[in-house]
Amino acid sequence: MAFDILESGLATTVQDTGRPGYYSVGIPQSGSMDQLSAEIANACVGNTVNEAVLECTYIGPVLRTTAPAVVAVTGAPVDVFVNGEPREQWSRLELAADDVMSFGIIKGGTRYYLAVAGGIDVPVVLGSRSTYVLGVIGGFEGRTLKAGDLVPVGTAVETDGLSAVLSGLRPKYLKQLDVRVLVGLYDHRLTDVGLETLLTATWKLTSVADRMGLRYSGPEVEWKPREQPFGAGSDPSNIVDAGYAVGSIQIPGGKEPIVLHRDAVSGGGYAMVATVISADMDLLARSSPGTATRFRAVTMDEALAARSELAAVRAAIWS
Amino acid sequence: MADILSPLPGIFYRSPSPDKPPYAKPGDTITVGQTIGIVEIMKQFSEVRSEVAGTLVSFSIEDTGTVDPGDVIATITEE
Repeated sequence: MAFDILESGLATTVQDTGRPGYYSVGIPQSGSMDQLSAEIANACVGNTVNEAVLECTYIGPVLRTTAPAVVAVTGAPVDVFVNGEPREQWSRLELAADDVMSFGIIKGGTRYYLAVAGGIDVPVVLGSRSTYVLGVIGGFEGRTLKAGDLVPVGTAVETDGLSAVLSGLRPKYLKQLDVRVLVGLYDHRLTDVGLETLLTATWKLTSVADRMGLRYSGPEVEWKPREQPFGAGSDPSNIVDAGYAVGSIQIPGGKEPIVLHRDAVSGGGYAMVATVISADMDLLARSSPGTATRFRAVTMDEALAARSELAAVRAAIWS
Repeated sequence: MADILSPLPGIFYRSPSPDKPPYAKPGDTITVGQTIGIVEIMKQFSEVRSEVAGTLVSFSIEDTGTVDPGDVIATITEE
């Protein structure tokens, strides 16, 4: 069984829960940007959380099934078509051999997920089927899909899966967003006014937003003047190279903060002034250009509580 | 009349590069599949094509303007 890709979409990749553990040697975690939506898609078709799905970005693929299949589409709101007939999102769809799936114009957010019973069956690389396009690692030949690809699907285990997704579980796609951050490690490089600006201004997501990171526009933040140490670049936002954290915020030149996401580089010479908490990384993934975003500082205890809450939501999907 | 919609969000450009002439201008005859502009998102440029043949009446988005999915980019009178 396979998906015959008739049209590729803008940037369709195979993703799963990711490839943690290799960031220290420069290989990012990758994985579905919107983990919750991908997880619900898997639950709908009777998979486990670990099966790989197709991540569709803005423009989805057109594909044909070579055999009967059970699929589900979750994530960003979009019209789903089977042989041109509209079908439901967030629910289990039965496809016959030679059925053609296609998608309408995305109505919000950035990415939707197509899960299939049995999962996308590409080779496991370093413990994951996720595609890291920049490194040509994992997924389907390490790249975004192209027309003519025959994407293998694994053998389905006979389970029913979720019959319907509680509407409360479906993410909202808002054009105004509060994102929680933990200040640090390099916030001491900002003046008090600079840090205040970062945490109170409304930042607008630009169109420079992808799997590596998201760039925002807004006011300029103020750095403390200093004589740059040996090994650091000449701009006040430069530091001697250090490891980056996923979710960390850097502000090259003091303008246009960048939040690193799942395919980000693992280190460099920009000061990380704050880090988005893990529970809010999916919110960033769903943000479309123009989203008015505020970075709200929380404590480590609040961040850990938010992580526990999200874990409970995810556990409830499988109960 | 037919509207050409943007399939994705981003920045709309009427020309392939700043020093090149626009893909199309009002009054031009447009064929099916003809490119009338590009939208930039995620450092990728996607061509916006007409699904109908006709005459280009007007652009609803300025050059380098921001578009959202489903926004009308241009209007064409069908032949």
